[in-house]
Amino acid sequence: MRNSILHGLLGLVLLSSGASAAEISDGTVKIGVLSDMSGIFSDLSGEGAVTAARMAVDDFVAAHEPDFKVELVTADHQNKTDVAASRAREWYDTQGVDMITDVINSAVALAVSEVTRDKNRVLMVTGSGSTAINNEQCSPNTVFYAWDTYSLANSLGRTLTDQGYKTWYFVTVDYALGKAIEYDATKAVEGAGGKVLGSLHHPMGASDFASFMLQAQSSGAQVIGIANAGADLHNAIRVANEFGINQQQKIVGLSASMTDVHALGLATTQGMLLVEGFYWDQDEPSRAWSARFQEKTGNKPNMLNAATYSAITQYLTSVQTLGSDNAEAVLADLHGREINDMFARNGRVRADGQMIHDVYLYQVKTPAQSSGPWDYYRRLETIPAERAYQPLSESRCSLVTGGGA
Amino acid sequence: MSAFPSLRTCGYAMLLFALVVAPWAGLYPVLGTKLLCYALFACAFHLLLGYTGLASLGHAAFLGVGGYVAGYGVKMWQLSPELALLAGLGSGALLGVVMGFISIRRSGIYFTMITLALAQMVYFLCVQLPQTGGEDGLQGIDRGRLFGLLDLHDDLTMYYTVLVISVAAFLFIARVVYSPFGQALQAIKDNEPRAVSLGYHPNHYKLIVFTLSAALTGLAGALKAISLGFVTLSDVHWMTSGHALLMTLVGGLGTLSGPVVGALALVTLENKMGALGAGLASLTGFAWFSTLGESVMMIMGIVFVLCVLTFRRGIMGELLSLSRHRPRKTA
Repeated sequence: MRNSILHGLLGLVLLSSGASAAEISDGTVKIGVLSDMSGIFSDLSGEGAVTAARMAVDDFVAAHEPDFKVELVTADHQNKTDVAASRAREWYDTQGVDMITDVINSAVALAVSEVTRDKNRVLMVTGSGSTAINNEQCSPNTVFYAWDTYSLANSLGRTLTDQGYKTWYFVTVDYALGKAIEYDATKAVEGAGGKVLGSLHHPMGASDFASFMLQAQSSGAQVIGIANAGADLHNAIRVANEFGINQQQKIVGLSASMTDVHALGLATTQGMLLVEGFYWDQDEPSRAWSARFQEKTGNKPNMLNAATYSAITQYLTSVQTLGSDNAEAVLADLHGREINDMFARNGRVRADGQMIHDVYLYQVKTPAQSSGPWDYYRRLETIPAERAYQPLSESRCSLVTGGGA
Repeated sequence: MSAFPSLRTCGYAMLLFALVVAPWAGLYPVLGTKLLCYALFACAFHLLLGYTGLASLGHAAFLGVGGYVAGYGVKMWQLSPELALLAGLGSGALLGVVMGFISIRRSGIYFTMITLALAQMVYFLCVQLPQTGGEDGLQGIDRGRLFGLLDLHDDLTMYYTVLVISVAAFLFIARVVYSPFGQALQAIKDNEPRAVSLGYHPNHYKLIVFTLSAALTGLAGALKAISLGFVTLSDVHWMTSGHALLMTLVGGLGTLSGPVVGALALVTLENKMGALGAGLASLTGFAWFSTLGESVMMIMGIVFVLCVLTFRRGIMGELLSLSRHRPRKTA
């Protein structure tokens, strides 16, 4: 609370003192979408992110007819950190880009965050969910917009344990992502009075999940939490379905998304529990926007696509209100107000850069329950923003703890 | 020997001149720095492939470990940049001795597969070790001040520092290649049993050159880490080793300048394909060209196929053979 007041004051001070600063550099606001257009993340983000970004710019210009130009540039970072960071640098230095968004792939997001801090511009991370972005490597210039692994693991662990699923077993991929998810979920489960019966760590890109999933099954736990991503997640869910494990135990995809459900199909994923911050069918504004997105791409938007649209719209709104694309002023404005749009409910940007918003516990429908294509989720519970995300008291971000940068 | 400088000297002088003035002619210094790091990487790789005939697929391990050690040193032990570079060089050399000791016992495809296997072990170590930051990478490495004097935060200073180091390393490689040691390497490459019959111990030579190559690659990794500010898993990934092979082949196998030219060509392609595609699209009116930036990997593949099919000697190999043949035709 104190922080939001501070940010509000900061915004006011900047507004009143910024008569000369209040202008748009070259009369143009330039937004860069840096995404994976051809690699493993291109399904999650890629073309979808670019379309969402273009829609955001077009909609904003049509609705507000601003007296500045809005330009969009896009690039493929090929999942190579050095390609991404040099592109970001070049955009900031030579092309006058004011804000970069998407940056899927956590190494890319962290590297671009450093560049953005150096050049004092704005980064709105809508692709990656690594908790390092708003903890160890947090930056005043980065808004961590869409999701993070903590909120998913924490919400799932606590909510399900509260509902009476007291015993858990984790199938975890053996690198930082998996371990972080397992750690956060374990804390949430134990905090809610549940018990973790055990966990197994499998190598990245494991070819056979049968023994892992059977081991998880024989643990007798009520819930099997799968803490991995991509092909590993798909293989684990397929095996759980083939052995009928999902009939007796709850399968929980701790970092699963609608894109995974779409790829695997309802027959394989039915009954799975997951948490997301956005689903196209969540309410009227989401449905209306998603219908327009589908017209352009043929697909319903996932959480990341929607977040990219929302982030750009909110950024441009701030620029419009301030009449300036000065990074500090825009960031203060973004930090100072509540965000409610087709993507976020009760959204608010905290001091560590994280945009917290309500998230939802979903269960994947059975093929019989589904009324047609893209009808995948049944909402079980809404988890309020304050309870979903990592509390600031646990933050390892120097902007919050007051340690040296 | 004529009193006039040879064509080759002129070529090198022109290349060096171009690199010195490039930032003033519109080359973005950070991209230039990256180009030089990869050029050094390719030259080090080529020392092994071009002059000893050993095709290693493990060089990403040296590049990555050199970078990780230098980066970790700067971040955790507050090493100055020159010490961090030395640490990168040293760790590359150390790893090179170990990997070389194991792999040079076999030749041909077996050598290649052993280096690949060892490098994959290093890759998975880097995935696991907490010091590397796993898939997040080692981030936020400060450039610092070279010898406490030169502030490397300025992109131009960084570029010229890397240029000086790269040129020194390049001259070192040239010195090695033209030394009696280098001649012995060539002899081993051309006919190993004959070198043995002349009294050489090929394995000693191979281990030394393997270590030299690994050390220089470690240096390239350290330079890259310090100038760009991060090291990530893609540096240790086997595709990076493949990249070095590609740069060498496109540039010209067996020519000293080939890897430099190959690295410049491919890294530019990787970074500028999007802009090139967009330019072509606006020039010709075909919207299709603007999708080029999203198919860099495919285009690299096509370049490789074209190179193998039509100009096998690589860019510099073909140029050199042209310049050798022309006087004869006109005479």
